[in-house]
Amino acid sequence: MNILAMIFGWLNDQLLKMRWLSELVRLLVEKVFGLPVSERIGGSIHFFIYDTIKIFILLSLLIFVISYIQSYFPPERTKKILGKIKGIKGNILGALLGTITPFCSCSSIPIFIGFTSAGLPLGITFSFLISSPMVDLASLMLLISFFGLKIAIAYVVVGLILAVIGGTLIEKFRLEKYVEGYVREIENVDAEVPEMTRKERISYSKEQVRDIIKRVWLYVLIGVGIGAAIHNWIPQSFIENVVGGNNPFAVMLATVVGIPMYADIFGTLPIAEALFAKGVDVGTIVSFMMAVTALSLPSIIMLRKVVKPKLLAIFVSIVSAGIIIIGYLFNAFSYIFV
Amino acid sequence: MVIKVLGSGCCNCKKLEANVREAVKELGLEATIEKVEDFKDIMAYGVMRTPALVVDEQVKIMGRVPSVEDIKRYL
Repeated sequence: MNILAMIFGWLNDQLLKMRWLSELVRLLVEKVFGLPVSERIGGSIHFFIYDTIKIFILLSLLIFVISYIQSYFPPERTKKILGKIKGIKGNILGALLGTITPFCSCSSIPIFIGFTSAGLPLGITFSFLISSPMVDLASLMLLISFFGLKIAIAYVVVGLILAVIGGTLIEKFRLEKYVEGYVREIENVDAEVPEMTRKERISYSKEQVRDIIKRVWLYVLIGVGIGAAIHNWIPQSFIENVVGGNNPFAVMLATVVGIPMYADIFGTLPIAEALFAKGVDVGTIVSFMMAVTALSLPSIIMLRKVVKPKLLAIFVSIVSAGIIIIGYLFNAFSYIFV
Repeated sequence: MVIKVLGSGCCNCKKLEANVREAVKELGLEATIEKVEDFKDIMAYGVMRTPALVVDEQVKIMGRVPSVEDIKRYL
């Protein structure tokens, strides 16, 4: 057992956390630039270079592998699977399929219309729409790399629970009349999903890597920049008073700041990592990451095209309230994770 | 041949259209290329991922932008 644990620990340290890279960058900063990493400037440069390279390596590898898996689960197929299942089981399955169905905010409208016109209950559609941007395989692997296995799994599990409960509540409130009228007039068409060959799946996965890197590289750099600033320049006392244990409203603040932000989990992680290193409570960080990924101004504007303001407001309120509750629960039980 | 590019006008849709035009040109095909931007019309093909490529009313590609070379095989 000990040997197994050692092997797993080594793999986790070297492959996911990339200790070797941290060492290499340390040598670069100290020997070539002549700046000790224990000091501010050297430390910031080390954080910036190491995190940027690490995120781009993980991003490329993970997106490739995950796109390959996702190519087997197009939303057209998800729609058919979900059409056969009713009640809370449908919400659970919707949330789970949300994690493996390829999703970007520009396809949220066709997905919403497709699900609704196929007669899927509104709650199941929303379970899918909550979990899809917030929890996916790539974010699970990245969270393991940055925060370790326990926090990563807890994040995914509570994210899925939020998606199930959120969808179920929307279902219970009977809000179907707040879907824009034209959506229901669209007839359901089951497309023949063109079967992909292995070669096509590989080239699809490569295209995904290229597209996603093109879309997120700037957010990643901004995120790493903010992370480096938090790491070395913003005084500890300031962080403790604003988002740390000294401020009982830290979770709410993190959620409210995170909601309008539009970024992938990839850009959010370096900020979260730096906050974590500064001793910010894990619940506050989880709330921040969930708020950034689950809700954003562009996605809310998109959804407005298919649902009326009242349903939109209820959706945003339920998800925000859920994220805040999750944050406080995480903080209350943080001794399990740290 | 009637080729339709389905998409709400996001940058990927424009890229697919450009690649399709290039492929048609390189193959020297006689084809009309239309853009379908209305969600109602897009959904009529059962497509839930944009951009999509429809050749003679048959959905060939969904949710991806293949290279010019790849597109040639669908035309």
